[in-house]
Amino acid sequence: MDVEILSRLQFAGTIMFHYLFPPLSIGLGLQLFLCELMYFRTRDLAWEAAARFWTRVFAVNFAMGVATGIVMEFEFGTNWAVYSRFVGDVFGSALAAEGIFAFFLESGFLAVLVFGWDRVGPKMHLFSTLMVFLGSMFSAVWIVVANSWQQTPAGYHVVFHDVQGELMPRAEITDFWAMVFNPSSVDRLTHTLIGALVLGAFFVASVCSFYLLKGKHEEVARRCMKIALPSALLFSLAAAMSGHDSAQKLVETQPAKLAAMEAHFETTDQPTGLWLFGWPDTASETVKFGVQVPAMLSFMVYNDPARPVPGMDQIPIDERPPVWLPFQTFHLMVGLGTLMILVSATACWFWFRGNLIEKRKLMWAIIVMPLAAMTANQAGWITAEVGRQPWIVYPSTQDGVEMMGLKTADGLSESVTAEQVLSSIILFAVIYSLLFAVWIFVLNNKIQHGPESPQELAEYKAKIGKGDMADLIEHRGTSRGHGMMDEGVL
Amino acid sequence: MFSLGYFEWFNHQLLSYDTLTHIWFLLLGVLITGYAILDGFDLGVGMLHPFIAKDDRERRLVMNSIGPLWDGNEVWLVTFGGALFAAFPNAYATVFSSFYTAFFLLLTCLIGRAVSLEFRSKVHEPVWRRFWDFGFFLSSFTAALLLGIAGGNIMAGMELGAKFHYEGSLLSQVYWYPLLVGAMTTSLFALHGAIYLYLKTEDELQARVKRVILPLFFVFCGVYTVVSIATWWHVPHATDNLFSAPMLWIVPVLNFFAVLNIPRAMHLGRPGYAFFTSTMVIAALACLFSVAIFPNLMLSNLADEYTITIYNGRSSHQTLWTMLVIAIIGIPCVLSYTVVIYWIFRGKVQLDPNSY
Repeated sequence: MDVEILSRLQFAGTIMFHYLFPPLSIGLGLQLFLCELMYFRTRDLAWEAAARFWTRVFAVNFAMGVATGIVMEFEFGTNWAVYSRFVGDVFGSALAAEGIFAFFLESGFLAVLVFGWDRVGPKMHLFSTLMVFLGSMFSAVWIVVANSWQQTPAGYHVVFHDVQGELMPRAEITDFWAMVFNPSSVDRLTHTLIGALVLGAFFVASVCSFYLLKGKHEEVARRCMKIALPSALLFSLAAAMSGHDSAQKLVETQPAKLAAMEAHFETTDQPTGLWLFGWPDTASETVKFGVQVPAMLSFMVYNDPARPVPGMDQIPIDERPPVWLPFQTFHLMVGLGTLMILVSATACWFWFRGNLIEKRKLMWAIIVMPLAAMTANQAGWITAEVGRQPWIVYPSTQDGVEMMGLKTADGLSESVTAEQVLSSIILFAVIYSLLFAVWIFVLNNKIQHGPESPQELAEYKAKIGKGDMADLIEHRGTSRGHGMMDEGVL
Repeated sequence: MFSLGYFEWFNHQLLSYDTLTHIWFLLLGVLITGYAILDGFDLGVGMLHPFIAKDDRERRLVMNSIGPLWDGNEVWLVTFGGALFAAFPNAYATVFSSFYTAFFLLLTCLIGRAVSLEFRSKVHEPVWRRFWDFGFFLSSFTAALLLGIAGGNIMAGMELGAKFHYEGSLLSQVYWYPLLVGAMTTSLFALHGAIYLYLKTEDELQARVKRVILPLFFVFCGVYTVVSIATWWHVPHATDNLFSAPMLWIVPVLNFFAVLNIPRAMHLGRPGYAFFTSTMVIAALACLFSVAIFPNLMLSNLADEYTITIYNGRSSHQTLWTMLVIAIIGIPCVLSYTVVIYWIFRGKVQLDPNSY
């Protein structure tokens, strides 16, 4: 295989693996903050037990996010050197801003969040939790800004530099804020963050449903459900709305992507229909086994059921993205989104009526919902990135001047060989599989162990007050599941 | 939305493109020095940990001495990477694609360290814990070594061809000189980590830590001397800047005294002072490194015109300026909460339910 395919596979693989963790960190961060806020206001120990429990889950997930995130930052330089030279001026500054505004904030206050429970007061701890949550949001802000700039570049011009007799193009910033607030960043950021919040809410709801079904940790689980279920519904609805907004912009900024997502091959004078599902075939430019709602796409995109949407035939042949993958991932995302709205709405209804726990099938549906949310996040990511092809940086028009883009195939490192890329893929495949297994194992351990009961927490706090810490530590490590003191351990 | 207008005026009045470039060379130096100082001690702790701690409780003490801090320390490297990308994109692209295999090994080590720390304590099984103990040691050691090897290559120059295209391979990067520099960083980080551990531990464990400090010091001094002589002989251009600006000799002289001050401070019974001194040694070595390579970021052994300097590697005036504004806003925030975190976790390491 050649370097291009391998490098693309490597990037797709490493980023999708990385993207399992940050959305959960962001979403769980909010749930954690809300639990702590409730504790802070009510002084009810069940809330603190909940916050301590979610902190432990959060910490494991966060470590995975950091560990896999470092790879991403340097992969631009290792595998995509030509791309890095072309965009360094623009993309690099967003990445550096992420480092200085987000990473230091979250890594610093994470220490207080995880290790500071008995060292700092509740106010400082609450503040640290908020800072970690904000830090993970800021991180998403800068990374989505950088990515959006590649999709819909703005605030730059292309300058040719003489490198040993050859003119090499480079994108340079002309307007920082136009770069940051490029045409798609706000929409994409909103949608990405909401996707993360949905995942966090369903994750908490899922674990709590499990406890309620098994009749364990009910006191804590009931309280967390009170936060998780309404926020799951709220954010699922918001995700649908922001997704709709993004799609409406797409017809102007990236019509090729929209056409691919909808497998809309031919432009006609007729209103454009919306495929509910199907199997697009690029060779014959048809959709097999599909069901289409007439005029729906026109209505969705333009709020006008009569206006035709431009199709793939408007795009030069060598600039068309693949169709099958964006089509399927997009429809998967929308389908899962609808499912999440339905499940969370029904669950909220029965919770409000007070008989949710009797609806065992619905409880099981909530338990598997985090998988749906995670899949929807990944599918959305694939739609966005594959739909951008063959461009790594989209061509654009700035102040009436046509700017050149950069094709993915032209962005590679020239000095890197296929063997090097292949061996690094194998190395990372091994490490990531191991990591994934360990992550699942540890997460499962933590969930099986669950939060401590408010009574246990009260006893523990009383002992701390009396300074019996050394005595407490002596007890740990002797047996499994020994209540509070085994906690950092399991 | 506030505009950069006020700053703009300041920029064009006071700072030329070249001045900004020099500021960014300096700031990158600060970031990498910060990284070496901070991650230096936790890499050192990782290297020492199988030799110093006898039982599980001591291992946990050793690991928890860096528990709340290592993650933040590593952010310095990540920010260095981002800043290099933004300020000198050509150098970023060439350096990381040239060190391809070495860099993926380093990334593996950093991942290994993070998860060894995080996962070790989660299961009460001796085999499980031994596995992560070994992973923690190996990844810390290899990371320290690889950082030195990279530094040695940057000092000595590499096979950089036309149009920033690297023509060497992993094998041409691993030879005696970079390996020597690697041995120096490894021994220095081990020493730095030992002094840190001495500060954070008590009783028997502390006594054991104390016994390794002096041997580590002598190992470091030996390697340091060999590297100095080897640099003089193998990398003659390294002293060019020192001779053209004799004032800079103050850096190696201070470095020399700083090195000697480590056993003195330990002997005086002032370990905090000793730790400060080993911090200064790292800072001085990083300064020497910067002085030696300036104004090159990646020297070509093939032809002078292929060398990436800070002038042909930099990004545009506007980007350097924007980034400086970001740094001016960001750095005070970073420093303030770094101080807060180190303050909260000051004192001897104690185990509690939240520890690893």
